[in-house]
Amino acid sequence: MSYPIPMSAEPSPLAVEPVEVIVALVVFAILFFLIRKFVVPTFEKTFAERTSAIEGGLKAAETKQAEADAKLHELEQQLADARHEAARIREEAREQGAQIVAEMRDQAQSESTRIVEHGKSQIEAERQQALTSLRAEVGALATSLAGRIVGESLEDDDRSSRVVDRFLADLELHEGARTAGDTTGGSTTSGGSV
Amino acid sequence: MRCPGSTERTRGIALNVTGLVLRAAEGGEGGFEAPGPASFDLPPVFSVAGVGVTKPMLQLVLGAVLVFGFLYLAARKRAMVPGRLQFAGEQAYSGVRNGVGRDIIGSRDFMPYVPYLVAMFFFILINNWFAAIPFIQFPTFSRASMAYALAGLSWLVYNAVGIRKHGFLGYLKLQCVPSGVGVALLPLLIPLEFFSNLIVRPVTLALRLFANMFAGHLLLILFAVGGEYLVLHSDNWFYPVAGVAAWIMAIAVSFLELLVQFLQAYVFVLLNATYIAGALADEH
Repeated sequence: MSYPIPMSAEPSPLAVEPVEVIVALVVFAILFFLIRKFVVPTFEKTFAERTSAIEGGLKAAETKQAEADAKLHELEQQLADARHEAARIREEAREQGAQIVAEMRDQAQSESTRIVEHGKSQIEAERQQALTSLRAEVGALATSLAGRIVGESLEDDDRSSRVVDRFLADLELHEGARTAGDTTGGSTTSGGSV
Repeated sequence: MRCPGSTERTRGIALNVTGLVLRAAEGGEGGFEAPGPASFDLPPVFSVAGVGVTKPMLQLVLGAVLVFGFLYLAARKRAMVPGRLQFAGEQAYSGVRNGVGRDIIGSRDFMPYVPYLVAMFFFILINNWFAAIPFIQFPTFSRASMAYALAGLSWLVYNAVGIRKHGFLGYLKLQCVPSGVGVALLPLLIPLEFFSNLIVRPVTLALRLFANMFAGHLLLILFAVGGEYLVLHSDNWFYPVAGVAAWIMAIAVSFLELLVQFLQAYVFVLLNATYIAGALADEH
């Protein structure tokens, strides 16, 4: 087999061509410096700005959120305070009411006691007065009546008043015995009348 | 070493087609010239001071202009809500910045290397994609010297980073003396580590990039030229059919190559970041 390719005459594809090496290095070096100077800083700046813009947005949102939270907390606090205050006031009012009622009750009690006392003493006084005037009148009446019946003047005050006094004492004694008999033997009198 | 397995498979197909084309060439008048390394040896477009300026060199410059132009225009507006161009630029930029730089070097000290990684990735990517862009259709890094240049630069960068951080001897110790290994094994391991960490890395970086671009492009030329030869120069009815099939394959391979071109740029930069991270690592 004879291939029509004269291998020996071929230039080796692996041969080093100094011009090509240099051109490649120079071109790459220029590209590298251009990219380092004009491309990478620009892209990095854009990325950094974008990041900070996003972070700034997030931060602003966070601040807003925190503000809203604080406000909510404040309002809740206020609401709780108001509730607490309302409860306190209600409690106070209840206590005050109870106190007032108790005071009123006391007052009314004492007032009624006072009124009763006053009434009692007044009644007693009136009774005494009535008793006294009655005794005087009854004496005079009885004396004049007796004098009319007896026909004898009982003008002698001294004697007549002694008689009256005795009569009254008797009467009182009799009355006292009758009230005692009333309490013990009231049934006999009532039974007798039937 | 990462190497997309799918390209291996297409190479296998390519070998079959080569065989077919070669057989056709033998059967015919022997007029077919298979594409080879010579296909990558382009004549100078013009000369400056006796130095021939070739198409790949112009591509390097064009690639740099395109990369810088795109990134600069995308970055310039600095809108908080990016437009379409700025969005694309930001996605591309932060893909390398975060996906390669931050994730591999670590968020503490990746930032100084971002310009390097970004420039490297997009520079290689566009130069690889030139292979698929109509009227350019040549992968810049199929010129091995250009891959050597970037691989050599990578070697300088990661070693410089390591030496600046650990001092020369400290860095040598970091790269060559694995910790947690018995003393008896060290005479065996130190030369191995030295070899793999300080010598092989730039070579594999360069060869991986170069070989992928070279092979991919060779494959495309082979499908295109071989298909053309089969269609035009045969008296057999079957060969033109095979030629059209080869063209269809060429289109399919082009799409595959787009992926390979991207992956190679990515792998190159990823390994760069890995090497820098290794050089920055504290004593392990």
